[in-house]
Amino acid sequence: MNTIWAIAAVVIKELYRRKDFYVLFVLTAMLTLLMGSLSFFHDAQAVRYLKELCLLLIWVSALVIAITTTARQIPAERENRTIFPLLAKPVSRAQVILGKFLGCWLACGLALLVFYVFFGVVSAAREHALPLASYFQALWLHWCALAIVVALALGGSLVFAAPSSNATICFVVCLGILLVGRHLNKVALSLPEPSQTLLYTVYFAIPHLELFDVRELIIHDWGLIAWPVWALATVYAAAHTAVLLLISWLVFRRKPLS
Amino acid sequence: MPSPHLILSLLLVVCFGLAAWLQPRHAAWAGGRAEAGSLLEMLLGDSRRLFANHFFVKADVYLHNGYYPSVFDVQDGCEKLHITEQEGQPGGHEHETGEHAGEDYGFFGPPRDWLDRFSRNFYPSRHTHLESGPGQGEVLPWLRMSAWLDPRRVESYTVAAYWLRRHLGRPRAAAGLLREGWRANPDSPEILFELGRAYADLRDDTRARNVWELGLRKWHAQEDAKPEPNVFLRRELTACLAALEQRQGRIAEAVRHLETLKSLSPGNQAIQKQIDELRQGRR
Repeated sequence: MNTIWAIAAVVIKELYRRKDFYVLFVLTAMLTLLMGSLSFFHDAQAVRYLKELCLLLIWVSALVIAITTTARQIPAERENRTIFPLLAKPVSRAQVILGKFLGCWLACGLALLVFYVFFGVVSAAREHALPLASYFQALWLHWCALAIVVALALGGSLVFAAPSSNATICFVVCLGILLVGRHLNKVALSLPEPSQTLLYTVYFAIPHLELFDVRELIIHDWGLIAWPVWALATVYAAAHTAVLLLISWLVFRRKPLS
Repeated sequence: MPSPHLILSLLLVVCFGLAAWLQPRHAAWAGGRAEAGSLLEMLLGDSRRLFANHFFVKADVYLHNGYYPSVFDVQDGCEKLHITEQEGQPGGHEHETGEHAGEDYGFFGPPRDWLDRFSRNFYPSRHTHLESGPGQGEVLPWLRMSAWLDPRRVESYTVAAYWLRRHLGRPRAAAGLLREGWRANPDSPEILFELGRAYADLRDDTRARNVWELGLRKWHAQEDAKPEPNVFLRRELTACLAALEQRQGRIAEAVRHLETLKSLSPGNQAIQKQIDELRQGRR
């Protein structure tokens, strides 16, 4: 476990040394504050549009951070040839995969925490209310979604030749799932066989990232999600992450490094 | 080999000549944005209308607290935006007795599988509306942005003004917005109708009468030639004028408007009764 933590710690250090997070955070803050400064009919109580914009920027920024940070981990190690001394030590390939995953996921968690604290401050300043439990649920579910995204990008970095192609494909897949994943079953039902069964299988097989997107509930103050449901969503994310990590390990186990 | 300075000078002359030749053509091009009246228009061009429409729909989403069908969910009879419905309008949005009566699942229908059922915990899946009070102002930023992006979209002004006047009790702000909309759409009877209502709320009866009468003239100019004119708007304009004249004691004018209203609403006995009462001087 110490080995995994050591690898993860290096990844976290890399995140705060790089500029990506700072640039995205400043951009999010600037755009949110700019929109917050607009006055619509001198009504200071309208806050939902601001929450919506801020959460949208947080989701976009988090996806960018998660995918770009993860996609370059193993290719960079191979390119710099640091993967050889790393594996020459008593470190297995499974530990490298787990260490990289844990590092990227924790780094995303730290970034998310900063983003959500900013969101909470902006929201509380306008709304004069701070539903901490709802925000915690939203942050946790968002982090769970990022676990799947990180595992997906890590697997992609072992399959695709360049980090850029991996990142692009991951973005397309994640956005595709977020936008239409929920509706695949409706589309499937309108198709003839065997397309219907095929699409329904895809619907059940893909990791439904949109389950973890509870922005609408936060924006419109729908209150807490039932805790058992929230826990089930966590288990769902853990299962998909485990499957993706297992596939990554199976690919990495037989992959020649040179 | 000629001197590089000469070649450079020649290229500069050619560039300048081409620019001088192309510039007037570019300025005259119908799709150009050089004549754009605002920065938004210059940046977005006609695509701003798409964004305006998106923001208008967004206001309707906010009215329903995020509960809204996607393109995959739209069912027959749900295409009309609820935010555009006003009191007295036919085909209104009725929850308990209308289109959603007896339906537990609304737009989405019953869950199709366990994942569908589970996922409904993570987005608004019950039909609710914004609570009455100041919270209803949440729809206004989207309507305001819609009006900024497409000033020719009349509904953005009329709906925003209706919400300002009716739900937030701010007829002065409504009148200001409608005047802005009137400048962009000088022939719109819908804007004139709403503006008259805002003036009536402000107890400015003279202005209210003037804009309603102008609204009726604009209505005739636009709708008379149509095979299916917007009779609802004409009825509303006429009814408002009749009520205003009656309030001001101009009985003959009130009766004239009510006679017109009666011809627009055949079979409505209440109007005939009102006319009779006015003629007998009981009111």
